[in-house]
Amino acid sequence: MPLYYDDDQTMLADTAAQFMGEEGAIAKQLRHWRDKGCKDGFGHALWKQMAEMGFTGILVPEADGGMGMGNVEAGIVLEEIGRNLTPSPFLTSSVMAATALGLGSDDLKGRYLPGLLAGDSVFAVAIDEGPKHNPDRIACKAEKSGNGFKLTGKKDFVVQGASADMIVVAARTAGSDDDAEGVTLFAVPKDAAGVGHNSVRLVDSSMASHVTFDAVELDGDAVIGEVDGGRDVLNRVLDAGRVGAAAEGVGVARGSMDMTIDYLKQRKQFGRLIGEFQALQHRAAHLYSEVEIARAVVIKAQQLLDAGAENASLMASVAKAKVGKAAGLAVKEGVQMHGGIGMTDEYDIGLYMKRDRALAEFMGDVYYHAGRVAEMSGY
Amino acid sequence: MSDLDQFRSETRAWLEANCPAEMREPVREDADIYWGGRNATFKNDAQKAWFEVCRDKGYTVPAWPKEYGGAGLSPAEAKVLREEMARIHARAPLQSFGIWMLGPALLHFGTEVQKQRFLNEIARGEIRWCQGYSEPGSGSDLVSLQTFGEDKGDHWVVNGQKIWTSYADKADWIFCLVRTDKNDKYRGITFMLFDMTSPGVSTKPILLISGNSPFCETFFDDVKVPKEYADGIPAQVGEVNRGWDVAKYLLGHEREMISGAGDTERGAGIGAMLTRAAGGVLDPVLRAELAMFDVDALAYSAMGEKFLDEIKVGKAHPAQPNMMKYAGTELNKRRNELIMAAGGSAALEWDSEESNGGSKARSWLRTKANSIEGGTSEVMLNVVAKRILELPGA
Ligand SMILES: Cc1cc2nc3c(=O)[nH]c(=O)nc-3n(C[C@H](O)[C@H](O)[C@H](O)COP(=O)(O)OP(=O)(O)OC[C@H]3O[C@@H](n4cnc5c(N)ncnc54)[C@H](O)[C@@H]3O)c2cc1C
Ligand SMILES: Cc1cc2nc3c(=O)[nH]c(=O)nc-3n(C[C@H](O)[C@H](O)[C@H](O)COP(=O)(O)OP(=O)(O)OC[C@H]3O[C@@H](n4cnc5c(N)ncnc54)[C@H](O)[C@@H]3O)c2cc1C
Repeated sequence: MPLYYDDDQTMLADTAAQFMGEEGAIAKQLRHWRDKGCKDGFGHALWKQMAEMGFTGILVPEADGGMGMGNVEAGIVLEEIGRNLTPSPFLTSSVMAATALGLGSDDLKGRYLPGLLAGDSVFAVAIDEGPKHNPDRIACKAEKSGNGFKLTGKKDFVVQGASADMIVVAARTAGSDDDAEGVTLFAVPKDAAGVGHNSVRLVDSSMASHVTFDAVELDGDAVIGEVDGGRDVLNRVLDAGRVGAAAEGVGVARGSMDMTIDYLKQRKQFGRLIGEFQALQHRAAHLYSEVEIARAVVIKAQQLLDAGAENASLMASVAKAKVGKAAGLAVKEGVQMHGGIGMTDEYDIGLYMKRDRALAEFMGDVYYHAGRVAEMSGY
Repeated sequence: MSDLDQFRSETRAWLEANCPAEMREPVREDADIYWGGRNATFKNDAQKAWFEVCRDKGYTVPAWPKEYGGAGLSPAEAKVLREEMARIHARAPLQSFGIWMLGPALLHFGTEVQKQRFLNEIARGEIRWCQGYSEPGSGSDLVSLQTFGEDKGDHWVVNGQKIWTSYADKADWIFCLVRTDKNDKYRGITFMLFDMTSPGVSTKPILLISGNSPFCETFFDDVKVPKEYADGIPAQVGEVNRGWDVAKYLLGHEREMISGAGDTERGAGIGAMLTRAAGGVLDPVLRAELAMFDVDALAYSAMGEKFLDEIKVGKAHPAQPNMMKYAGTELNKRRNELIMAAGGSAALEWDSEESNGGSKARSWLRTKANSIEGGTSEVMLNVVAKRILELPGA
């Protein structure tokens, strides 16, 4: 498969670019909800519109009423979300939770997918139990109880956790905290008794929840996939989340880079456009090459994931790490090259820097994924 | 089975039958590379056999048309062949500036008789070429070149000096930029082909920091270059005074080649290999650097694949090779830094049998030139800034 978009994908990219550029624009969404102090950190009306566009069900099979597309297409939408810093539950709901539900029972699909397709439901995914991403360690416990389970423990920094109608929770049903086996995924409904939220606003104005589970009673049919055999499902969800976050990161990088290059062409100092100074030209050109390379490996990872290739997981980590480096560079250079104005709240460039920081931590940072690349390569 | 799958299995079988085991080993010294030419000698029988069987099949230049000595493979087939050769670590049967640089320029700008003669000679490895671009006063600012060809009717008389001419002392012919009009900087340069044994041509090798001496100062002292060779073959490529277009086109190919975009080796991670070689124990900080390098290398390899895919369908920006050259050469320098660091003192050995004549140290030193030859990294960044990002000119 060539590493560029085919005609259908190009069309989707144009549609997504136009939609996010208009409806998802920074002033209309991010700033609007932030300035209002919105408790969800995103607008439900936009989510509904995204459903009308067919975006919410992009990874849902056609047989289940979705678009039946792949991670390449989800990435196309995510890149535009990143470029416009559009706050939305797309990555957690339509990419990660949808991937989990796709591997779940018909019953679970029937219960949750219609709400997703209609833009009525929002899902969250709860994996981490501390400030750094570490899916290898899962302490949150689900003990057998009657014909179901009793969930006890906590999850940290669950993005949009308090707003979610359902949370996909990775819990331990056997073994000890660091075991690969003995993990089970559950679909935990919002109204389950014993679920507690302590929701916090993050630097990028998104909302994350510290979720507590106090002997939460779950039916047996809340299980996604196999009991004790959830690691496989979890890995698939993680890979989709990795390339998805990477795709959004490419959007953040490109949005911030475009803004910066524009500024270099407008701002005059010393009687010249600052874009004429070679010191800035070289850094801009270096930045461009890093962002292009990051974008290439994201598309590569998406294609491998869609093809179910053996090295897909490795390349997902390469993609997340590379984007972490490139997008980090893009936002830092962005603020620096804007000079003093880049430090003001009024200018959008700082918003890119904030979003990049949050996205960098989400699903593992550069160091986590570079480490994973080393391990998967056998050193 | 698709035609391409069929081609892959045929290619695999053909390589299995024809590529000698000795030719599936990494290149360790210069003699492992076959450069062709009038005075060429083979290092061993395997090298000779591998070259000849490839030459006869058109596999020295697989994507060139059959009438010019190639195999006429489609881009997709050529990619399959590259992949299959990489899979068994097959060495290139023939390397030459003719294949990398002059050939593509001739395919684009050459006349039919020129192509018939020179492309076939290049494909068969009969003539070894060198590149006469740089001059002592004209490196990055190549268009300022001064070597002058005076028009004498049916021939030019060329005077001047070139520098950094790689393998000038081993080459049979030169493709050379010569000023033929002093009044027009860009439209006063002619791209000429002539024999290095012509009277008045002399070369003087320059010793490099790697201890090798692959390049030369080249002097032209009243060198007579006929405007036409036998059978009406022009000595210049493209029109007289319009050699700059040819030169730029050729530089695009040179940069693509130096960037290693299609080079599967360059895009590969090295952490596992180096850690193993060092006995599995490495400083944790070095290991971390290797992991970060592997991320960059694997990402670059995806970029290389994307770049080649986009070139095929005309989607790549014309200045994209400059970006690839910049990123690929910086990466290759870093790779060799890490190879030295992981190798420790053993990588410092300069002349032992064990170290293959200091191959690690010499390669490390050689790669320092990657971001200089064919246009420096700084010049690449200038081009990207101006042509892709369209930043204002000074
Ligand atoms: C937090 C903060 C507090 C401040 N407090 C004060 C204060 O109390 N009083 C006061 O007077 N000022 C203050 N300033 C202003 C500060 O001095 C200016 O922001 C600074 O001088 C840069 O100018 P500029 O913002 O106009 O950026 P610009 O000059 O527009 O620069 C934009 C970008 O172009 C680059 N650039 C500009 N010229 C060149 C060149 N020739 N070569 C290469 N690159 C170039 C810059 O490095 C920068 O990256 C403050 C700024 C900040 C951020
Ligand atoms: C291994 C090797 C093989 C070569 N083979 C050949 C060959 O076969 N034939 C041939 O003709 N030439 C060959 N060259 C020459 C090569 O093309 C030149 O070295 C190259 O173009 C740089 O020119 P220079 O060495 O004169 O450096 P200079 O142009 O003098 O540059 C010196 C430094 O200044 C920087 N600089 C120059 N201009 C600018 C600018 N505008 N902006 C910012 N920085 C700038 C450069 O980046 C560099 O860092 C070879 C070089 C090497 C190292």
